[in-house]
Amino acid sequence: MSMPLTGFADRFKTRALAWEEKRARRLYVEIRPSDLLETANYLYKDCGCRFVIATATDIVTAITVLYHFAHDASGVMVNIRVTLDRDKPAVESLTQLFVGAEWIEREMWELLGITFIHHPGLKHLLLPDDWPNGVHPLRQDFRQDELPPPCPGRGAEENR
Amino acid sequence: MSDTNIKTIAIGPYHPLQEEPEFFRLHVDGEIVVKMDVELGYNHRGIEKLSQGMHFDQVPFLVERICGICSTSHPFSYVLAVEDIGGWEIPLRAQYIRTVVAEVERLHSHLLWLGLAGHFLGYNTVWMWAWKAREPLLELFEKLTGNRNHYGMFKVGGVRRDFEDGFCHDLARVLDNLVPVLDMFKGAVSDDPVLRSRMEGVGVLSYDDCRAYGAVGPVARASGLNIDARRDDPIAAYPLVQWRVPVLKAGDIYAKALIRVMEMYESVSIVRQCAHKLLTVRGPVDLRVTDVPPGEGIGHYEAPRGECFHYVMSDGSNRPARHKIRAPSYTNVATDVKAVVGETVSDAALVLAAVDPCYCCTERMIAVDAGTGATRHSGAELVRLCQAKTERLRRGGRA
Repeated sequence: MSMPLTGFADRFKTRALAWEEKRARRLYVEIRPSDLLETANYLYKDCGCRFVIATATDIVTAITVLYHFAHDASGVMVNIRVTLDRDKPAVESLTQLFVGAEWIEREMWELLGITFIHHPGLKHLLLPDDWPNGVHPLRQDFRQDELPPPCPGRGAEENR
Repeated sequence: MSDTNIKTIAIGPYHPLQEEPEFFRLHVDGEIVVKMDVELGYNHRGIEKLSQGMHFDQVPFLVERICGICSTSHPFSYVLAVEDIGGWEIPLRAQYIRTVVAEVERLHSHLLWLGLAGHFLGYNTVWMWAWKAREPLLELFEKLTGNRNHYGMFKVGGVRRDFEDGFCHDLARVLDNLVPVLDMFKGAVSDDPVLRSRMEGVGVLSYDDCRAYGAVGPVARASGLNIDARRDDPIAAYPLVQWRVPVLKAGDIYAKALIRVMEMYESVSIVRQCAHKLLTVRGPVDLRVTDVPPGEGIGHYEAPRGECFHYVMSDGSNRPARHKIRAPSYTNVATDVKAVVGETVSDAALVLAAVDPCYCCTERMIAVDAGTGATRHSGAELVRLCQAKTERLRRGGRA
């Protein structure tokens, strides 16, 4: 592992809940949600990592968010995982560090119902503005065969 | 500057058939853009959800339809992600074939962009020439795959079709004819004072902004970020051929255009080397993978517009348990919010087009007077404004 990431290992390996190098350039680290801001800040500012995207997954027992950071100098993908309470998932927003997290956090908020604390504006990104509250299409209990909710401009006939 | 002077110009919405519709709301003070909002999701197709209901072998066909231009980028990233789960090394011949398909696609995608940039600038001849040069590349694909786009070449563990040697000769001939055209475009972009004045110093994006937004591809490389997923995280035959990653520092539209032209030369070189190798490298083109073990994998490939990222989680069944997709425009379009501020309305269409999103979006623009809500410009009007400015410059007048 290249120098900047060695520093990352020194600093965060003991605090991590899990640390796994699955392949030569694929590192998966599970951390406590309370450590997220500090970890992301270190990766972005000190290691020069680029924030790629985040993947939120409903694993039924919990909701996990996997933040993908690319260390382009070495080609290593650093993946930071946090596990959140499924009933009330909430975690600090990475928009406090870089603006690039704004859209994906809005997306995870609407598709999985995760609250991002200190996000500048959690509003719909992909779903219509009048999408009903509490319906999250990427949750495992979302019923795809249910009729879509009403949208403006659609006739009453279509909404039935 | 008081808020009462701020008018709003809406760019979009769009036609449902568009591939990548976005809605831009420009806040303008006189001719200067002071702020921009972007809205997405008008054509959200729920592909991540659909993918969870498909067999691992069906997903490439689904994700190939995410983009109608660089249709191989998504299957490429997806198969890399699944191969990352299994830890498979695909046969060498398949690596070369993947590289050829991806790079010929980059050529036709960049030519498409070049043509449209020419159109926006009022150089419709450039548009016609670029698309004429693009045609033989699409014909190559038709010859090989039966389709001009959506080739269906990629599968987990290899490629679906092998190349015949005759195809490699065709490839070399088409590229030989393409290089003089590229030379002409390079001259057109760098020597024309009017074109340069329309592009230099316009829509500048700084290195730090690129980092903060997570910009990728030509947009990032035009601002000094030396990143390219093909080189940084070596895939396919890219480590086996000689090529460079062009990087510029200016961050303006001119740099973004020049990067794309320079990349086309690199693509030509990569394809030539691979086509030559394919005449001697023999063997299977498919690993014949039958089962995907449980696990998670990441695949990312440098699409023509930048890094295309796929994450796949497998639970050992025959379908992805989770499939996350991030197209390059997702981060690049967000940078428009920064790049367009301080520019004039007549440059806005060009700045938005410079990140190479889907151009259809910018064709349906309406300008609305914030006070009365009345429409000021039609969509075509903004493109016309942009073209008219070039025309004035060309005649020696002031912009």
